[in-house]
Amino acid sequence: MAEAIPFLAPRADVLARRAEIVADLIDLLPPECLVHEPRELVPFETDAFVSYRRLPLAVALPRSTAEVAAVMKYCHRYGVPLVPRGAGTSLSGGAIPQEDAVVLGLSKMNRILDIDLADRTMTMQAGVTNLAISDAVSGEGFFYAPDPSSQLACTIGGNIGMNSGGAHCLKYGVTTNNLLGVTMVLTDGTVIELGGKALDAAGYDLLGLVCGSEGQLGVVTEATVRLIAKPEGARPVLFGFDTSEEAGACVADVIAAGIIPVAIEFMDKPAIEICEAFAKAGYPLDVGALLIVEVEGSESEMDAMLADIVAIARRHAVKVVRECQSATEAALIWKGRKSAFGATGRIADYICMDGTVPLSQLSHVLKKTSEIVDHYGLRVANVFHAGDGNMHPLILFNANDPDEAAKAEAAGMDILKLCVDVGGCLTGEHGVGIEKRDLMRHQYAEVDLQQMMAVRAAFDPGWILNPSKVFPLDGRSAA
Amino acid sequence: MSEFRPATEAEVASIARDHAARGAALSVVGGNTRRGFGNAVPARSMLRSTALSGIVTYNPGEMVMTARAGTPLAVVEAALAEGGQMMAFEPADHRPLMATDGEPTIGGVFAANISGPRRFVAGAARDSLLGVRFVNGKGEIVKAGGRVMKNVTGLDLVKLMAGSHGTLGLLTEVTFRVPPRPKAEETLVVSGLNDAEAAEAMAAAMALSVEVSGAAHLPLTVAWKFLGGKLPEGEATVLRIEGLPGSVDMRAKKLTDTMARFGTVTRLDGGQSAALWREIRDILPFADGTLRPVWRVSVAPGVGHQLVAALRLEAGVDAFYDWQGGLVWLRMEAEPEGDLVRRYIHALGGGHATLVRAAPSARAATQSFQPQPEAVALLSRRVKESFDPAGIFNPGKMG
Repeated sequence: MAEAIPFLAPRADVLARRAEIVADLIDLLPPECLVHEPRELVPFETDAFVSYRRLPLAVALPRSTAEVAAVMKYCHRYGVPLVPRGAGTSLSGGAIPQEDAVVLGLSKMNRILDIDLADRTMTMQAGVTNLAISDAVSGEGFFYAPDPSSQLACTIGGNIGMNSGGAHCLKYGVTTNNLLGVTMVLTDGTVIELGGKALDAAGYDLLGLVCGSEGQLGVVTEATVRLIAKPEGARPVLFGFDTSEEAGACVADVIAAGIIPVAIEFMDKPAIEICEAFAKAGYPLDVGALLIVEVEGSESEMDAMLADIVAIARRHAVKVVRECQSATEAALIWKGRKSAFGATGRIADYICMDGTVPLSQLSHVLKKTSEIVDHYGLRVANVFHAGDGNMHPLILFNANDPDEAAKAEAAGMDILKLCVDVGGCLTGEHGVGIEKRDLMRHQYAEVDLQQMMAVRAAFDPGWILNPSKVFPLDGRSAA
Repeated sequence: MSEFRPATEAEVASIARDHAARGAALSVVGGNTRRGFGNAVPARSMLRSTALSGIVTYNPGEMVMTARAGTPLAVVEAALAEGGQMMAFEPADHRPLMATDGEPTIGGVFAANISGPRRFVAGAARDSLLGVRFVNGKGEIVKAGGRVMKNVTGLDLVKLMAGSHGTLGLLTEVTFRVPPRPKAEETLVVSGLNDAEAAEAMAAAMALSVEVSGAAHLPLTVAWKFLGGKLPEGEATVLRIEGLPGSVDMRAKKLTDTMARFGTVTRLDGGQSAALWREIRDILPFADGTLRPVWRVSVAPGVGHQLVAALRLEAGVDAFYDWQGGLVWLRMEAEPEGDLVRRYIHALGGGHATLVRAAPSARAATQSFQPQPEAVALLSRRVKESFDPAGIFNPGKMG
């Protein structure tokens, strides 16, 4: 596909010294921790934003904070760009390398270091997967709340980089609200600790700044997260409506009534069909829009909350209300939702947008999204976190048709601008990466961006870390 | 001390530019009810947000409010009460403790990241803050974040501004989450536990799926000061449950069953419960009209009681616990003993201590905020310079 988004030009001096750099890295790391044969570099050339790919100079796969620090110190000294990588599931291109960069992959750092159930904390290396955190304490009745759809694969380090969310953050918050501390390596190889088991830290909230910084400020090697006692029970319920507008209005009224379910997920007709064909979750196919509303608590608490939600849904002419009858059914309902992106990938290429809008704008933005995609002659499936206004339109296209691919990208950009224009933002949980980098000026004034870049410069004045990402390539002079 | 009360962002920007050009320091304040926080600031002029006042937008259906920074907290709370919503982080009123007067502002609450009992489950002020507008030390009007609940667009400068105590800029506008106010609440009092037993009981409560939203332990020396002496006799370990009325009752019963193992359980109804948590929030036992040093200590929940036990061997100290034991309020009999307090915190696995109240002489001899390791301190200095290169805003306040 035609590449509309430019990368920084590779540093010629770095490319010229490739062999030397590889030799030096071989001295720093054991053989199994360094990838440098071109054919073996291919798996690292992109992430889940697959339209763009670059073969990196080398891939370092350190096993400890000390090895991370050694690689970073070296790259800092010789001006070699570094691209941190967790599991490579970024939807915004956050982990896509560049030709002059060493990829710093954290996948070998996958050990859980400490579980403290009395204090409800867990400390782990950055390459531990999101789901492994909850799995490690599930038997004791605890869980880790943020649950991105990619949770089987994605790592806590990547989650911190992107401040990841998930379906259940309506009630429990996103990564930044559940992160207590990190061990982090600065660009010059200095190791620092921010936060810990205490709920807050002294001084400026550097932990809050680092969370969601997309590998621009340093590399997190260990994290301490907050655990929560699992609810007594949880029950997802399907609500089918004739139209997206009715479903959107129902969401707004549920929130306005002061009811906060754990999750309110939205699917439109194309998304329902795609997910049902894949997961056989029992989604109704004769409706125009579907809400998955999950409530939790004891049986009687869930009954009471559901009764209130059903009453509101009836005011919006709900067609189908389907409660699941077993844990297996509940798991299937979530499987359908969480595999939405993968299931979509089976029928077409797609790009997934991630803008967040104020709840009052949901219906309007859904309608405009359809119009925008229609205008480009493409199809869209909407599947997203309605309770917090985080939209995920999946724009379907054929990647082998350059014209269609360009149209899909253009439609996506129009949709994101719309999100900003109604008072929202470009990205709710996937990050800016390269994908939304050049739209940053649509959301922020130059002075806002310059302040961010000045803060960035406090950490990495030489733009060594993930340099092609987040900030427009022009106008970086302030740093 | 001369005082500036700009009514527009443009005026703030012009004052900042003027002071930056002259390298003249400004003391940045809102309602100034928390004066005494931080190190003394050597400034001859005060920059106040109080004329930047008023709620800008509030639509309860979106669970978000935008207010200008100088808006009195009371005005925000009244509007939220009408909308059936709240600030989940329960900001404390420090006037009783600090013996100050004036009206706290919403900007001051966020600038100092003031967070009360519900913080340990619902997040701090910084977790509720979605967007800010501020004027930095170069006199630039900057916005960060937005007004939606999920936003990862660019660096999260919002978190930096929360808790920066006016050292990075003057907040001019804040946008924050306002979730529904629980319709009912109840508090269980477990009586007669010592500090270590209380820590164990609170951890057991937090491991149950009953959603405890307040967990504090009030030792004998302070328990009698709450609710006008009406708490049951003895040490009081208090656990709050909030939500829909039927659900609160059911969960309270379940919690009572588990807590009965630890001690005698009594239940406080909604009115008493609300009053009790307000008093805990406002550090009532130490609001004694004196300047005896008061520390706010943040450690791992299980460590709080160990810290107090260690300190008691070496200093005259009174204490009570919030956040399941992770927030310790310490009142020293005489000197702040900062080195001692911080040495034990370090020895017990880390955390930090902030000197909230002290006599001016004691304050001058003690760093209010916990000194940081050199590498972190260096980063913090660079961050400060990136906002305020001339160092005009509250210089030295945070160390």
